[in-house]
Amino acid sequence: MLHDKDRIFTNLYGQQDWRLAGARQRGDWDNTAAILAKGRDAILAEMKASGLRGRGGAGFPTGLKWSFMPKQSDGRPHYLVINGDESEPGTCKDREVIRHEPHKLIESALIASFAMGAHAAYIYIRGEFCREAEHLQYAVNEAYEAGLLGKNAAGTGWDFDFYIHRGAGAYICGEETALLESLEGKKGQPRMKPPFPAGVGLYGCPTTVNNVESIAVASTILRRGGAWFAGLGRPNNAGTKLMAISGHVNTPCVFEEELGVPLKDIIEKHGGGVRGGWDNLLAVIPGGCSVPVLPKSVCETVLMDYDSLRAERSGLGTACMIVMDKSTDIIEAIARFSRFFKHESCGQCTPCREGTGWMMRMMDRMVQGRAELEEIDLLEQVTRQVEGHTICALGDAAAWPIQGLIRHFRPEMEARIQHYKAALSAKSVVQVPVQGVPVAAE
Amino acid sequence: MVRVIVDGTPVDVPPGSSALQACEAAGKEIPRFCYHERLSVAGNCRMCLVQVVRAPKPVASCGFPVSDGMEILTDTEVVRRARRAVMEFLLINHPLDCPICDQGGECDLQDQAYGYGTGISRYQEAKRAVTDKDLGPLVKTVMTRCIQCTRCVRFTTEVAGTPELGLVSRGENAEITTYVEKALTSELSGNLIDICPVGALTAKPSAFHARAWEYKKTDAIDVMDALGTNIQIQARGGEVMRIVPRVNDEVNEEWLSDKGRFSVDGLKRRRLDRPWVRVHGKLHKASWQEAFVSLARRLEGVSGERIGAIAGDLCDAESLCALKDLMAELGSSNIDCRQDGAWYDTTNRAGYLFNSDIAGLDDADALLLIGTNPRHEAPVLNARIRKQYLHNGRGAFPVASIGNIPVDLTYPVEVLGDGPTALADLLAGKHAFAEVLKNAKRPMIILGHGALTRPDAQAIYEAAKALALQVGAITQGWNGLNVLHTAASRVAGLDLGFVPGPRGLASTNMLRGGVEVLWLLGADDFALDKIGPDTFVVYQGHHGDAAAKRADIILPGAAYTEKAGTYVNTAGRVQRAFRAVFPPGEAREDWRIIRAFSDVVGHALPYNSQEGVWARMASINPVFGAGYEGENTSPQLAAPETAQGEWGNKLGSTPLKPVIADYYQTNPISRASPTMAECSRVYSPVRAAVAAE
Amino acid sequence: MNTPWKPAEQPSSFTFDADSEREIEEVLTKYPVARKASAVMPLLYIAQRQMGRQTGSAWIPLVAMDDIAARLDIAAIRVYEVASFYTMFNTQPIGRYHLQVCTTTPCWLRGSDDVTSACKKATGISTFGETSQDGLFTLTQVECLGACSNAPILQVDDDFYEDMDGPRTEALIAALRVGQYPKPGPSIDRAGSAPEGGRKTLLETTAPAPSGAE
Repeated sequence: MLHDKDRIFTNLYGQQDWRLAGARQRGDWDNTAAILAKGRDAILAEMKASGLRGRGGAGFPTGLKWSFMPKQSDGRPHYLVINGDESEPGTCKDREVIRHEPHKLIESALIASFAMGAHAAYIYIRGEFCREAEHLQYAVNEAYEAGLLGKNAAGTGWDFDFYIHRGAGAYICGEETALLESLEGKKGQPRMKPPFPAGVGLYGCPTTVNNVESIAVASTILRRGGAWFAGLGRPNNAGTKLMAISGHVNTPCVFEEELGVPLKDIIEKHGGGVRGGWDNLLAVIPGGCSVPVLPKSVCETVLMDYDSLRAERSGLGTACMIVMDKSTDIIEAIARFSRFFKHESCGQCTPCREGTGWMMRMMDRMVQGRAELEEIDLLEQVTRQVEGHTICALGDAAAWPIQGLIRHFRPEMEARIQHYKAALSAKSVVQVPVQGVPVAAE
Repeated sequence: MVRVIVDGTPVDVPPGSSALQACEAAGKEIPRFCYHERLSVAGNCRMCLVQVVRAPKPVASCGFPVSDGMEILTDTEVVRRARRAVMEFLLINHPLDCPICDQGGECDLQDQAYGYGTGISRYQEAKRAVTDKDLGPLVKTVMTRCIQCTRCVRFTTEVAGTPELGLVSRGENAEITTYVEKALTSELSGNLIDICPVGALTAKPSAFHARAWEYKKTDAIDVMDALGTNIQIQARGGEVMRIVPRVNDEVNEEWLSDKGRFSVDGLKRRRLDRPWVRVHGKLHKASWQEAFVSLARRLEGVSGERIGAIAGDLCDAESLCALKDLMAELGSSNIDCRQDGAWYDTTNRAGYLFNSDIAGLDDADALLLIGTNPRHEAPVLNARIRKQYLHNGRGAFPVASIGNIPVDLTYPVEVLGDGPTALADLLAGKHAFAEVLKNAKRPMIILGHGALTRPDAQAIYEAAKALALQVGAITQGWNGLNVLHTAASRVAGLDLGFVPGPRGLASTNMLRGGVEVLWLLGADDFALDKIGPDTFVVYQGHHGDAAAKRADIILPGAAYTEKAGTYVNTAGRVQRAFRAVFPPGEAREDWRIIRAFSDVVGHALPYNSQEGVWARMASINPVFGAGYEGENTSPQLAAPETAQGEWGNKLGSTPLKPVIADYYQTNPISRASPTMAECSRVYSPVRAAVAAE
Repeated sequence: MNTPWKPAEQPSSFTFDADSEREIEEVLTKYPVARKASAVMPLLYIAQRQMGRQTGSAWIPLVAMDDIAARLDIAAIRVYEVASFYTMFNTQPIGRYHLQVCTTTPCWLRGSDDVTSACKKATGISTFGETSQDGLFTLTQVECLGACSNAPILQVDDDFYEDMDGPRTEALIAALRVGQYPKPGPSIDRAGSAPEGGRKTLLETTAPAPSGAE
């Protein structure tokens, strides 16, 4: 378990002053120029050495991503775009960074931009985080007044501007190319890749898109050294991570923890235990709704990190777990995710546009049990038909929770259907076969 | 070239090609809905998924760039399963109304469903319904059929340049709309019907009239403007049902103007289907024999110089040739194909052609319009100008105009002045645009009939020629001095010498009693009231338009869909059209009418067959020879002689005026068309509003 | 604001007021001049806020979208597309207070159904999307608001009311009804997203008191 001395976000709960004065006391903006003086290559090397993997969900090595930016500009400006469109259900970590550690974020953005040759950074904050964006704007204004942003930012010799752009209610804008589209003033519809943003990104210029947390930890890593960060966690799963617990625990909260700690310990320590005791646990969704659910048996032993969860056919995702106790209707819990994805599908490409609605409607019937047993297989097939066929990963994300449900809770789904049928026949209602009569091709 | 292996077959494709293009090069057909060769890539339908070796997931081939050594698999279980999946998703919310859908039989979705669809639906939920939109008099919508491929959005935004359609809302609720209910303001909106892969956008005027497989299809040439758009006439049972464009990258790519497409209903109305003879001030029905005999009688004793002929805008070259020959037989050189009184430099074919050719626009890097509104005079050409504007990028294809243009040309235009004096300024280097033209590698000047129908037309032309020479628009391999015609018959007329002979009268001089007998070959668009009261008027044409009312003898001819004919477009391209249907009633092909009359009048023309006329045409001008057919024959290198003289003083000062007041009502056919009348009604307030701005 | 609520009606004109013009000027400095289309979302927000100020109903009429399109040099349909794509832009008039109940799984697990029924009970609204008779409240079902550790959330206009339950929701609505605006944030004993009853980490830090932290 992580010690307080190794925590990066020391004002996570806003117990201290989040403004510039407080931030300086916590060590932010402490001789930033010295970090930049090490030079671009040294910063990239240090970031690579830290083993930091993207904190937004995909887990791509951050240092490597930065190094994809062209070393020499071809005349086009470079951009850093920070993804603060935190919309994954269960996930509420970046909100704390933006509202309580804004200067850590701004300083790290300066360092990161320098490392990739960018003179401007945009942060895209989800529209609902209105007050959070106001905090950050206040901090940006403070930083400009203090000479920490703008020309020769923080005395580093590097010109750097930091802009806030607010979203307006679209989960899909968390996808990096959709975010860029949105930032360009269009609908948030993902672009096809290739080309990748590092080559053609914002305004057609080389761009790196990073999660808020991935950026915000950079200043501390560079101050304390990549080795320090790499020494925390497990190999290939280095460092600390902001996590959150929501759902059926006694004390839901956001916290910073080392990777590779047993899931059970985290729930016990930070979450204050499952409501009604550990034995009352039904399942955990470990990292936002896009990763498949883990039944209790897996939760007993699994470690919270990228590789351990992947081995259980789930994923770390955003490391913000949703805990469900035995009172939960797990089918409805997943059905609500299906509704979420149907609501948030951008409607651009066919499998997602049509598939999310189909899956939602079938899931709604599964909740009632108003379905045939074979339809569980049909539902599974539909998720396979969406998966891997879409422009972005939203289609996959919509498919996986249902696949996890069927994998682990198929008996519950079957029982629901049987129960519904039994109730119907008890009322001696004539049931129209759901399968219907085959009709010609539609 | 990049070497790509498609299903084991190596193919070489240019770098930057997409996987889909590579597959096509290898002869593999890739199903697609959203991809269209002439639009940007959207990649949203996901039908074109293929497998790329070492890629973790199937990729959309339309947007996936090739790389050297890439291996593409188009027919594996993964690919088939992916396409079946996409097809199933497309169909779950698509209505099962193919039996009443106008797209049926030519529907991409229907066709692909044979390959990738299943016979039954597994979808048990309620289907989506989408409200239909009102897009004006031409395009009918059944939005429930829409598969959100966004081709229409991209067409209006990119090609038509009238960004009025969009995909609003999101997810399942995403729908194509103008958001505010309004008619599309494009002259190319009919092309939406062609590019829509399903039955969401269909032709409103011909809704529920016929099925795609019932049509007899005939290749022809559009006569609604002088572009020579390649069209296919689709007829059923002797009736032209609709007209669609054919692909010809040298002329119209694959677009067709709305007037060319939707004037078809004008072909069925106000038709002249039998000869008429005026007796005692009233027109009476007559037989061909009676009509010919009374005309022959009227001509008896009339000397050649008292006979004249004016040809209209829609004529085929054959009838022009026959009428010219007849007039010569009758001893008249009073012939003119310029009912609008335009002036051309007829000393050289390059003097009246669009010399850089339509496709030349793809190479141009600066453009000067003089007295022309290409959006109304040739909408498809205008789209090509826009294409070059988009292709070159903002600022890299400067366009200027002399003469105000009352509409948005869909690309930025700098107006240098409203009258020809601006041309003098340009020549004197007084305007910065002169420098722009000079610096351009392939500058282009388009001279329109707003300039050529003025009294000072010759001066304007010569000034423009001088400018072209001055800025290097006429060089080895590039002739950037272009005339944009508005009449489909005009270039053929000029090529055949359907202009007054040495002592002949021009069209304006034939009026006011200049001739005793005036033969109008489909000529309706000039000041008919100027015809002298004692002039005997023969009207040969297909519509009971303005001139027929004035006629003393009416000889019913064939419309362009009813005769095989040769047309020469504004760029000098000789193109042949075939007959789609027969003329109504007793109407006949025009050159045959003239040939038949020549017998009656005792001056039998020396040809009796279509081939005979063609041989005669080729003897007048070799461009009509077989070797020329379908090719651009404009002499690119023939530089006009350097303009001499005091043209500057001859330039008038009155503003240049557009020649087309109402795009939808420019000739007898469009004036007879209820659809065009409706368009005129709907769009004239729009135009007025734009003009007022 | 006591403006009686009226059904959807597009106004015939819309002009940005001085406050909005100032905001627009500031927003436009954020983006390269050639890329000013980027400002479409901020400008829609500004128009929506101005409508809220002026009419008590924060929504964006068509004429405002046309104005924005002209300012940013883009086709009007592009603005309509954006306005209809993002859920936070109201293209129809709404009530004075916009009650947005998150009902996604994390909130649902902790009782968002109770919050929803309390909202309905206190406002008389029967289904999501409706506006109450008095025009004060519009109830919207929203998807995850990103504050799941403080579930369930009721967002009122731009503020999050966290850790809600039925009775506290009713009390909140009663307060709004009389023009009070209770302090947003957790409605139980906790600071931000710290565990209820006190932090379990960051205990060693003894830095200055949370002077301005909200």
